[in-house]
Amino acid sequence: MGAKAENGVKPTPLASPSSSPFPSLKALKLKTKQQELLIRVSALALIYVLAFAVRLFSVLRYESMIHEFDPYFNYRTTLFLTKNGFYEFWNWFDSESWYPLGRIIGGTLFPGLMVTAALIYRALRFLTFAVHIREVCVLTAPFFASNTTLVAYFFGKEIWDAGAGLAAAALIAICPGYISRSVAGSYDNEGVAIFALLLTFYLFVKAVNTGSLAWGLASAFGYFYMVSAWGGYVFIINLVPLYVLVLLITGRYSMRLYVAYNCMYILGMLLAMQIRFVGFQHVQSGEHMAALGVFFLMQVFYFVDWVKYIINDPKLFHSFLRITLTSAIIVGALALGVGMATGYISPWAGRFYSLLDPTYAKDHIPIIASVSEHQPTAWSSFMFDFHILLFLFPAGLYFCFKRLSDATIFIVMYGLTSMYFAGVMVRLILVATPAVCLISSIALSATIKNLTTLIRKKSKAAQTFSTKGISSLKASAKASLDQALPFQRNVAIALLVGAFYLLGRYAIHCTWVTSEAYSSPSIVLAARSAHGGRVIFDDYREAYFWLRQNTPPDAKVMSWWDYGYQITAMGNRTVIVDNNTWNNTHIATVGRAMSSYEDEAYEIMQSLDVDYVLVVFGGVTGYSSDDINKFLWMVRIGGGVFPVIKEPDYLVNGEYRVDKGAAPKMLNCLMYKLSYYRFGELTTEYGKPTGYDRARGVEIGNKDIKLEYLEEAFTTSNWIVRIYKVKPPKNRW
Amino acid sequence: MAKSTSSDAQMLVRSLHTAYAATPTNLKIIDLYVVYAIVTAVIQVVYMGIVGSFPFNSFLSGVLSCVGTAVLAVCLRIQVNKENKEFKDLPPERAYADFVLCNLVLHLVVMNFLG
Repeated sequence: MGAKAENGVKPTPLASPSSSPFPSLKALKLKTKQQELLIRVSALALIYVLAFAVRLFSVLRYESMIHEFDPYFNYRTTLFLTKNGFYEFWNWFDSESWYPLGRIIGGTLFPGLMVTAALIYRALRFLTFAVHIREVCVLTAPFFASNTTLVAYFFGKEIWDAGAGLAAAALIAICPGYISRSVAGSYDNEGVAIFALLLTFYLFVKAVNTGSLAWGLASAFGYFYMVSAWGGYVFIINLVPLYVLVLLITGRYSMRLYVAYNCMYILGMLLAMQIRFVGFQHVQSGEHMAALGVFFLMQVFYFVDWVKYIINDPKLFHSFLRITLTSAIIVGALALGVGMATGYISPWAGRFYSLLDPTYAKDHIPIIASVSEHQPTAWSSFMFDFHILLFLFPAGLYFCFKRLSDATIFIVMYGLTSMYFAGVMVRLILVATPAVCLISSIALSATIKNLTTLIRKKSKAAQTFSTKGISSLKASAKASLDQALPFQRNVAIALLVGAFYLLGRYAIHCTWVTSEAYSSPSIVLAARSAHGGRVIFDDYREAYFWLRQNTPPDAKVMSWWDYGYQITAMGNRTVIVDNNTWNNTHIATVGRAMSSYEDEAYEIMQSLDVDYVLVVFGGVTGYSSDDINKFLWMVRIGGGVFPVIKEPDYLVNGEYRVDKGAAPKMLNCLMYKLSYYRFGELTTEYGKPTGYDRARGVEIGNKDIKLEYLEEAFTTSNWIVRIYKVKPPKNRW
Repeated sequence: MAKSTSSDAQMLVRSLHTAYAATPTNLKIIDLYVVYAIVTAVIQVVYMGIVGSFPFNSFLSGVLSCVGTAVLAVCLRIQVNKENKEFKDLPPERAYADFVLCNLVLHLVVMNFLG
């Protein structure tokens, strides 16, 4: 009795905060919904920061610089945009590349990336952060990767539920397939384009789910951003009509689909035609005809559907159907036939046709075939880039098929088509990555949810069993059921532990892959010296800055097209060919010059006004991506246009050699001479003879090289880049 | 055979006429607008056939503005039609506001594209 009174009188701990020095955590007690929201928001915030941080390896190890080749062009154009404004940028004719042809840059690039970076730069400058445009360019891709994780969360929530959304965001934040093209420093179109792709797909699925014109308009703007960012927008304009077709055929169509597709197609097409590079392709090119065809098909389909609804009489409707269908098919086939026959509708462009027929490029377009990113994908690449997602993907497909809706059909189609294309071309693993991450997240989220429900159901049943007592029949029946599967809970816990272990291995793998394979700037090479310290080869930049400071401003530089963008961006000199590769004959001319004897090459160089020749040579350092290893492609591309260059002349028994047994044309061509000039006097490795080429592993065949029409201007400290000056013609007396 | 198809066609036309007369007036106004837009587009295509398509961007922007506004009007009709179960809790003001917004964007882009 007394204790009870005391219990009633005793104050609760919350009422007297002065009693304890720290505020009790009970004060923060939130409702379950708010707790869940807090967990979700904090998880997303951590994922956002993680996606940004994991891409910063190369900035921390080397410095904040632009990687590779293509990003240098993007950087140069962004610099021009910030200095000269949008009007000059949009109408820019550049005479510093493709001498003497020049290039209409304003009309042949995708401006999305440059405009985005320039806007971010302006915004930061407005807030008085004094950043340099290079820093903004370097960090644009990680920033947009973080934004992609947010879009993946919303997309996953739309397809399945919030748990799948969180899992998708976490998976895509560190997936190596995406990191490979979006590290800090990789200032390329794909960094922004994958964000635009996922955003467009999310907005479209949202439009189909809600049937609202506003979401359709948003998806049209998303499509516009994608078209402005990357040539891969063709994937969207073909996948969405295919999806509509599948829905129409399987009978899952609805009014919402009509509203969403039509709004997105018409507005998206109009907006896309504002980009000069795309132009009128949406009504003239074969790749875009599927969307136009499905648009017309949809009008006919829904019109017929509406008439059927109005008439309400099957017999009359059948006759009506017969008339309209035959007339529509005749008109459509006629239009398509006339369009293709007159050539008005252009057939599929080579680089997209080679996706449908992978052998096409090798036979017909050697430039496309020579790019290493365009080769078919090996299994090891899939494992490298996806890890556990490879087996979570089929599991996710199973879950999607179990719960078919408009959204899951879309993601299944996206996943399957993108996986097919990823198998055809290595570079397209990037496009498949968001689909694989989303579908895998469904499998992951559904499995973990089932397992945890099993665990919690068991313990809840045990609790009710203990508190309610054994009197009710239901409790005893449940108790007997629980006894029947005694290991169910333990198995569930074991499976859950296994799942978390796999996810942990995934995280470790992704971090290792990012650190080892995808964070090298390509323009600065690093190696381990004999004492274990790090040796940096900064030869490329050394050579470009030598060009910038020691050659006349109007000097023209001839090199293979790989280095064109870097020479114009860093060396600030005019080049003959660059990475845009828009003129095959011009590239073939350079290839012919590189593979001819010195006198023939001199004539070609005189016709092109060349002042300097730049070659990349890896014989001293063992660097294997040098011009001698690329030489056969120069021969093939040159020989494709000028039949005087024949590939078998450079091979011995079909084998490509540079040592004593090499073909005589090989030993005396311009590329060989420029690469190995004075190399015969150099000892590169202890115990090997002079002139030992460390990249090919042989002693070179022609050590005593004399140059008649060129003279050596500069060789970098590790002999990686060599620059030669073309001598003016001799005086006649 | 021909007689049955022609009488079929007559019956078809008559039943379509009677069924259509039953639709409410606001939907009929939208249908009239759609027909007007399509007729304008057809006139433009015929004119292009006569004089050639030289400023192709102008031709495209003209035709696409007609087709676009027709399609958007059809979407509005779908959303406002009381017989569509899917859109029964969408207020008609929202449907009309969406229609106006999309048309605004359409015509702004068309004006940029006219050249």
